[in-house]
Amino acid sequence: MNANSIAPTRRAFAFGISAAAGGIILALPPISSFAAQLVGLRDEPQGRDPSEITAWISIEADDTTIIRVARSEMGQGNFTTLPMLVAEELECDWRLVRPEYADPAENIARDHAWGDMVTAASISIRGSQSYLRKAGAQARHMLIEEAAERWHVPPDECSARDSVVTHDATGRTIRYGQIAEAAGRRSIPADVPLKPPEGWRLIGRPVHRVDVSDKALGRPISSDVRLPDMLYATVSACPAFGGRLKSFDASKVMNMPGVRYVVAVQDTAVAVVADSWWQAKKACDALPIAWDPADGKGLSTETIRETFSRGLDASDVAIGRRIGDVDKVLSGDVTIVRADYEVPYLAHTTMEPMTCTAHVTGGRAEVWAPTQNGEGTLRNVAAALGIDPSKVTVHKRHLGGGFGRRGLAQDWARMAALIAKQVDRPVKMIWTREEDIQHDYYRPMVLARQVAGFDAAGRLIGWRVRVCGSSILVDLSPDRLVNGQDIEMTNAFLDEDMAYDVANFEVGYVMRNTPVPVGFWRGVNHSQNGYFRESFVDELAHSRGQDPYLFRRGLLAKGPRSLAVLDEAARRANWGQAPKGISQGIALVECYNSVTAQVVDISVSDTGELAVRRVICVIDAGHIVNSSIVEAQMEGAVVYGLGAVLYGQITLHEGRVQQSNFHDYRALRMNEMPQVETYLLSSGSKYSQEWGGVGEPGTPPLAPAIANAVFAATGQRIRTLPLANHELRHGHGK
Amino acid sequence: MPKTKFVINGRKVEVDAEVDTPLLWIIREQLKLTGTKFGCGIAQCGACTVHVEGNAVRSCQTFLEDIAEKNVTTIEGLSTNADHPLQIAWIAEQVPQCGYCQSGQIMQAAALLNSNPRPTRQQIIDGMDGNICRCGTYPRIIRAIERAMKGI
Repeated sequence: MNANSIAPTRRAFAFGISAAAGGIILALPPISSFAAQLVGLRDEPQGRDPSEITAWISIEADDTTIIRVARSEMGQGNFTTLPMLVAEELECDWRLVRPEYADPAENIARDHAWGDMVTAASISIRGSQSYLRKAGAQARHMLIEEAAERWHVPPDECSARDSVVTHDATGRTIRYGQIAEAAGRRSIPADVPLKPPEGWRLIGRPVHRVDVSDKALGRPISSDVRLPDMLYATVSACPAFGGRLKSFDASKVMNMPGVRYVVAVQDTAVAVVADSWWQAKKACDALPIAWDPADGKGLSTETIRETFSRGLDASDVAIGRRIGDVDKVLSGDVTIVRADYEVPYLAHTTMEPMTCTAHVTGGRAEVWAPTQNGEGTLRNVAAALGIDPSKVTVHKRHLGGGFGRRGLAQDWARMAALIAKQVDRPVKMIWTREEDIQHDYYRPMVLARQVAGFDAAGRLIGWRVRVCGSSILVDLSPDRLVNGQDIEMTNAFLDEDMAYDVANFEVGYVMRNTPVPVGFWRGVNHSQNGYFRESFVDELAHSRGQDPYLFRRGLLAKGPRSLAVLDEAARRANWGQAPKGISQGIALVECYNSVTAQVVDISVSDTGELAVRRVICVIDAGHIVNSSIVEAQMEGAVVYGLGAVLYGQITLHEGRVQQSNFHDYRALRMNEMPQVETYLLSSGSKYSQEWGGVGEPGTPPLAPAIANAVFAATGQRIRTLPLANHELRHGHGK
Repeated sequence: MPKTKFVINGRKVEVDAEVDTPLLWIIREQLKLTGTKFGCGIAQCGACTVHVEGNAVRSCQTFLEDIAEKNVTTIEGLSTNADHPLQIAWIAEQVPQCGYCQSGQIMQAAALLNSNPRPTRQQIIDGMDGNICRCGTYPRIIRAIERAMKGI
């Protein structure tokens, strides 16, 4: 099926138009669809979809089973895994399942029948597995009750499997499609038991993804939406962060071929709208624009570093976690180890640059958005246009990569809406790669200072961590601040995400905000803090002449789950027995209720060239829904993390980003790809009733594992990233 | 503006556009074949890879004037029944994640196998390392190409 288009027959819209969620029929007055009007279709008739059993599930007469997906598919596979959770309990034939996006406007109108739409923080499965499985079980009960009533038998004499209800005693059967409409009129049972994990038949299996054949055949995804009379836009945003638009001279480009509009986007950007994207791009390049750098003047990586460096000694510290009295211990009779670390800003560089298609007319807006946050897109568009959210329709599209760029940061959606507001026709906005890299919400540049003390017996008895950088939440999610402070900047050192047992410990964050936008990047604060933590732990081990793996084991007496994962990684990697010429590094990070450990094998050539040979990746995510997808996520996390560790850095001069495209903001390429071996150590509910995330946990351990391996190979401790800034020395085993 | 004639996926077309327009945008907008993607605009990522006369080219840096009277093949024209060995292998190996780079990857791989039906692992890497995938599908791409080799 075409995952991004629609189910057949009455759901049909028209060729080429995304209606991923547009066809759901409502009990409420339908939201009129501009797309439908454009192509001459009427809105769906009012009334409940006759085949809707619950909000999550519709079953057609031919047994086709529509399962609605509230989160977003951006490559991580949740258009497959989330329906698997429903189907497991529904006992439908998986081959008949057709996933469909839940519509953000309907989600609001139906009192969040589909729950939270945010697709971030590795939340899709762990945040919705319980209500998705319940939805499947509820519908199964309703189908069984309907069949039982028709047969005049008790429901508990009937069973369901592969979209068929069977009366076990007589062998009578009836297909779901024959009774779905009637079953949907029954009351929804409140409490239904869920299968125990040992009863699962679908969950855990490497089921094929529902979106893969479309993607292998080049069928439309994401920005491929096409509307009648559509125009194309590209933008030039103020090159300096903190700056603003002064003026532009549209007359210089209005006579260029195809150019229709040149419009300001508030005081932040200028957009050129043309018959084709290339015409818009050429005119945008030629357009004279004057910018006022304002607060961006004089802003550079160096000035920011100075600010953050001073912050490490500042007293306005937000304490994330405090155990014992670290100040007292560290000022006593201890052997001190201290180190400062720094990571740069990182861009996301999704393969698909920022894009959004919008039509704004008659006080309404309709947008087609590859978004990690469908409802957030809707509300941002409404706010940008100053209209009521009920006047906005969002068609969700599969994303050409997300990695955190398209979630809470909805700048691109607001921009598309503000452009479309000034244009009479639908507009597809596509940023150039240069705009995409230079106007990201970057992983924060962060400086860290760590001090630790060992007592006379050689025990680690004190460890203090300070981090300084800009808060993500201040701009993107102020509701998550605690007393105005962004404690999440200390993630990987908190009670729930660090299993090491240290008698006196303190982590604190000093907030220093700048005009540079910062945001959520795969692994978020666990990524840089995991690097700080796990590199420093390596330093601590070496300072005592201990093996870094065994040293970690000694800190994990109270962390059996982390210990099991660490042990498995060391075992799978033959830790300590690397072949000649190979050096190993190990790291462990707990995040999103998963635990991941990695061991990397590297070599450094005579000329100091690094080759990453192999990454052993062990993850305990509690329960696994689709093993093939988890393995793909681990491979992806390694590629994402390794590209950053080797090359990733966004630097600033006079408020402007100095990188612009893949030639100077490099991505990992196939010739640099290590062998990745993933081992799933699923502990089920042994340690936690919560399930673990998968999309992000593979990224944070990679940087420290590499840096630790580099130390093993060369004796160089890598305290700043990326590695491209370091000249490695040859010399195995230092 | 003179019309430019060429053949796309076996179909003769005449296109009315400035001759310095990149082929990518002609394919996506005028010819409505959206399998070919825009990734960088400077031939660094390979998301826009198509075939011109059977050779893999970056359509963002191939201009309308370059392809007059030539044969262009896009992902939509790679097979008639979605049955190119690479596409079958791509599905069998479950390669795509977000999918955005995948048309370019498949077109690059198809050109590679056209010129060298039995590439070694190293030859596959050498042939494919101009195509970026941010999701990290590289290991599965290699497996899919090696699987397809057996079917060619």
